[in-house]
Amino acid sequence: MPDLKQRGIAVYDWFEQRLGLGAPVIEAAEHEVPSSTSSWWYVFGSAATVVFVLQIMTGILLALVYAPTASDAWNSLQFLDHNVKLGWFLRAMHGWGSDFMVAIVLIHLAQVFLFGAYKFPRELTWIIGVFLLLLTLGMAFTGQVLRFDQDAYWGLGIGASILSRVPLLGGPLVNLMLGGPIIAGPTLSRFFALHVFVIPGILIAMVGLHVWMVLRLGINEWPMPGRLVKKSTYVREYHELTEKTGIPFVPDAAWKDAIFAAAIMLAVVACALWFGPFGPTGQPDPTIIQTAPKPDFAFLWIYAVLAYLPPSLETPVLFIAPVLGIGAMLLLPLLSGEGEKHWSRRPVAVLMIAVIAVTLGAFTRLGMYTPWSPIMDAWTSDPIPAAYLHSRTPLEREGAIVLQNKQCRNCHSIGGAGGLRGPALDSIASRMTEDQIIRQVLQGGGNMPAYGNALNPSETTALVHFLATLRGNNLSPAIDASRHMVLSSEQKTTPASGH
Amino acid sequence: MIPSEQIPPSGPAVATEPAANHKSAGHSRRVFLFKLSLLLNGAVGAVLAVPILGYLLGPAVKKTGSDNSWINLGPLSDFPEGETRLVNYRNPVTTQWDGQTGDIPCWVRRVTGSTFQVFAINCAHLGCPVRWFAQSELFLCPCHGGAYYANGERASGPPERGLFEYDHKIDGGSLMISAGRMPTLANEARMESPLTQLDVSGSAARLAGVEQPKPRCSSCQT
Repeated sequence: MPDLKQRGIAVYDWFEQRLGLGAPVIEAAEHEVPSSTSSWWYVFGSAATVVFVLQIMTGILLALVYAPTASDAWNSLQFLDHNVKLGWFLRAMHGWGSDFMVAIVLIHLAQVFLFGAYKFPRELTWIIGVFLLLLTLGMAFTGQVLRFDQDAYWGLGIGASILSRVPLLGGPLVNLMLGGPIIAGPTLSRFFALHVFVIPGILIAMVGLHVWMVLRLGINEWPMPGRLVKKSTYVREYHELTEKTGIPFVPDAAWKDAIFAAAIMLAVVACALWFGPFGPTGQPDPTIIQTAPKPDFAFLWIYAVLAYLPPSLETPVLFIAPVLGIGAMLLLPLLSGEGEKHWSRRPVAVLMIAVIAVTLGAFTRLGMYTPWSPIMDAWTSDPIPAAYLHSRTPLEREGAIVLQNKQCRNCHSIGGAGGLRGPALDSIASRMTEDQIIRQVLQGGGNMPAYGNALNPSETTALVHFLATLRGNNLSPAIDASRHMVLSSEQKTTPASGH
Repeated sequence: MIPSEQIPPSGPAVATEPAANHKSAGHSRRVFLFKLSLLLNGAVGAVLAVPILGYLLGPAVKKTGSDNSWINLGPLSDFPEGETRLVNYRNPVTTQWDGQTGDIPCWVRRVTGSTFQVFAINCAHLGCPVRWFAQSELFLCPCHGGAYYANGERASGPPERGLFEYDHKIDGGSLMISAGRMPTLANEARMESPLTQLDVSGSAARLAGVEQPKPRCSSCQT
């Protein structure tokens, strides 16, 4: 045994003499960090790196089978799912790994922001981190395109339509993105190149820089309220702190990173096993228009925002908001490189994180059930509840048929079934008078098209009579306030004149 | 040479400075050659950049409309008057490996006789596929709920204009359209008609277009 051990050391020395990498790597691993940073709050960066490595590995394995052409990509995904042993599992790992990576990168960003880690001398580490976030999102989007299904096809259409709104350069940018006049073979090929070569290459280089700077500048110490960052004294103070409380990163602090990374990997495996791979949804055939395209989870909030922007504001917001947002993130460490790090003394920072998190969460939630979209088959699938036809006149029942046939339910729900785009009609007559309903149906307005051309007079009459019976749980019907006043004043004056 | 001799020989500066001086002195020609090589490589880079950028930006600088050509959508008898039908065509510009993505659908509306309208499938908002609903006479978009009237005009929702229309003509009893490029706001006219959603005069005009609106309303109110 000692012989074997000596052999091993001899082999290591042989390589070390030629490579010279072992000593600096060990030195970097054992470098001293302030003991306060051995915390479960400091594990997200390393976890993101580990998931990134998982993505590279699973990505290479998928590329062994995937056919990056518009005609075959979808079929090769089916082949991976059903014909290649464990192909479905690799696809699931890569898909769930992507969601986990986006989530961990966002949590890491929020953590270093709240801990003031972007302040002097770590400004550039933060700035590169912002690019890492953008590149991660770029990987998520291009990866969704490579899952070349209906969502991918129409997602490319949405991307091209957004680019086409760029003033002056819109047309050339769309051509550059699509690689041809339509979404087709060259489009998929260039997204394959982006997802597999261009973005990962930049990502690996920037992760290297990011980690290098963490090693060079030292990990951000646990912030203390009142301990202010000053450019003149910070480096000295940090070194004093490290000397006083320093512990070697490996193993004294790194075990938490390792355990968290293992837990995350297990979570990815569990999700992959339990939920399986994402899609692919229908074939990327534009002639199949019975589809409701949706982006992946990370982009649902953008999808929702695009539904709510008023038409006149859409283009300006689309191009000004990202510039302002990304610009603010890049400038943050340069404008606020000194001062307080602790979150308890930075209420605006805490508020910002809270507001942004709630906003993204709310829009993502909305994007999951898209209340703004008509439900295209509601008019043929959801019958009018029988209770709404009880003790109605034949004309009113005819109106219920008109309501169904004219596809009103694609946007309006009755009895809890139907679209959410327009208001529910269950108690419409308690909110609108008959006159108002007629006007709304014929002329449209608000967010409703005019149906004047689609309804003949008898249909309109029947429909309005039916709608006028919908008063929820027998609420009192809506009244025309002005007419009501005239009527009541007439009633008052009539007895007076009778006197 | 002279300044280095003037420095008093003390400390390690003496050992390094003459050596450095010696190197840089012997250098001037090498420095010049090195700069020349940088210049040469810069020139090579510039020469290389021309084909690289030309290749990369090739699709971008292509003229809009150069991909369009006339496509036969079928005989006029395929399109009954007053109906709007989905028609698929093979894009005139395709590659062998485009597969199904080279098949493009469009909506053909035959108003009367030889009056046609041919709408792109792509919503003017963000390009999703709009669906025609004959009963309510609306095109609806599944993505963000854009709605258009039978004549392609914007009805409601986020689109800022009506549906994109293809140029068309009737040739030898067949309907031909000029297509080939995905229609977007960049290559189609930006705005065709004013917004109707909040435009009171627009909706009033729309009401005026309704056949006999007054008798109907008076009958409703009875």
